[in-house]
Amino acid sequence: MKIKVCIGSSCHLKGSRIVIQTFQNQIEKHNLQDVIQMSGQFCMKNCQNGVCIMIDDKAFSVNPAEADSFFEKEIITRVKVCND
Amino acid sequence: MRKFDTQVQYLKYKVLREVARQHWDGRLLHELWNIPKTIISGNVPTTRCCVYKERAIVSERVKLAMGGDRENPNVIEVIKLACDECPVSGYEVTASCRGCLAHRCEDVCPKGAISFDSNRKAYIDKTKCIECGLCAKACQFNAISNNKRPCQSACKVKAITMDDEKAAEIDESKCIACGACVYQCPFGAIMDKSFIIDAIDILKASKGNTKYNTYAVVAPSISSQFSYAKLGQVVTAIKKLGFHEVVEAALGADMVAYKESEELIEKGFLTSSCCPAFVMHIEKQYPNLIDNISHNLSPMAEISRYIKSVDENAKVIFIGPCTAKKMEFQKESVSPYVDCVLTFEELQALFDSRAFDITAFEEDVLDNASFYGRIFARSGGLADAVAQAIKEHGSDFELNAIACDGIEECNKALIRANRKLLPNNFIEGMACVGGCIGGAGCLAHGAKDRTQVDKYGKEAMEKTIKDAIVAVSLK
Repeated sequence: MKIKVCIGSSCHLKGSRIVIQTFQNQIEKHNLQDVIQMSGQFCMKNCQNGVCIMIDDKAFSVNPAEADSFFEKEIITRVKVCND
Repeated sequence: MRKFDTQVQYLKYKVLREVARQHWDGRLLHELWNIPKTIISGNVPTTRCCVYKERAIVSERVKLAMGGDRENPNVIEVIKLACDECPVSGYEVTASCRGCLAHRCEDVCPKGAISFDSNRKAYIDKTKCIECGLCAKACQFNAISNNKRPCQSACKVKAITMDDEKAAEIDESKCIACGACVYQCPFGAIMDKSFIIDAIDILKASKGNTKYNTYAVVAPSISSQFSYAKLGQVVTAIKKLGFHEVVEAALGADMVAYKESEELIEKGFLTSSCCPAFVMHIEKQYPNLIDNISHNLSPMAEISRYIKSVDENAKVIFIGPCTAKKMEFQKESVSPYVDCVLTFEELQALFDSRAFDITAFEEDVLDNASFYGRIFARSGGLADAVAQAIKEHGSDFELNAIACDGIEECNKALIRANRKLLPNNFIEGMACVGGCIGGAGCLAHGAKDRTQVDKYGKEAMEKTIKDAIVAVSLK
């Protein structure tokens, strides 16, 4: 699974660093280093909402304060589906 | 209204703007011969003997605005026609000499070059004079003046000589492309080549960022420029030119500071590698010290490399205060990452070629780097950032940095380092006085620039280098 996190100015100010760090901690916690590939990307042209991320080719908007629950809800479930 | 420091800059800007305007419309080749007349209209000369010479010089400027002599690897070129062949006689006694009794000039002259004629007026024997200037300082009537060419005075690496016709000539074995002569020549007879056409081509061929994305990497010294508008409006204007995204070179500076501190801890002695003119000076004058130059890329190249690692088809245009960057981006180690370099002067010309009213634009945001990355723009900032990075590494390495402000100071430190007499373990070398904010490609140079940079630094959201580089830890 590929996760791209926007690190452009707008998302950076909205807290993309927090999202990255939260995801990195979660990946470590769930031992998903081999399953998930994270990368940075500049502006995804959806600056109005939260921090922009792409999971494979699907766009999401994440509130940094809810990054943990987002990871559990959107990412863990997807990984499970892939594994099943 | 925007301000230029001099009329020379203003004329250069007008040419760049006109060349850019025609090229956006695809009419440059068609309009080429009309540009001199557009710029020098009417029949009354204002700067030279006649409008025909003025137009001939403008033609030369058009050529440089379009890239100049492609056979000449240097990006700094002399417009021989525009060179006024200023006097080169050095120190001379003027009519203000009052023939006093004190003869302080004679007393201070270390070479005994001063004598007095039958009217008791001083005379300097040029065969003995070493142009030290002590006599001029000693004269209480300021009767001794220095007839030195401003380009030669500006060039602290002594790369300006004279050709057979007494026009300025650049000694390529010494020139570091810092642009000091470009900024100082009162006749505008030395100019940096422009890649403005190349930049427009890159933007046009991206077809609105559908073929590939074009990124603008902007130097932190932008905070001291475009003072007539807000920085956020300038960011909007850059995007309206057709850029996909604007990224701070200062984030590259954070990356460099972090890596450079590691390299310093490992090696024990380093010189910085951020300033291309400083690096070129070491390469040309101090080959023994080449191994001590930090092996890191410059902030410009480092962030551009990152951009291309996450967006492989990206094109990157660096926008900064620097003429020497126009040399650096052509180096084999940098050319894969940076596609073009523009100065702030050229960016202004690009804005106006599109007739932007920037002050009416909405403000966009620009925030990628930390305080430390941003203060690279001024002298001492790089050394501060390396000190911070050492701290963030948790190392007990004792940094003893020397921040050299301008190539003259760099030279002093390098001479001592070459003889192993330098007590410091890190040389921050900035060829321009003040650091990048003193660069030749700046629109304006002022006393408040340094404060502006620090203020901009403090506005950064990230307060540490480590936090700023989290974003680029992802590949």
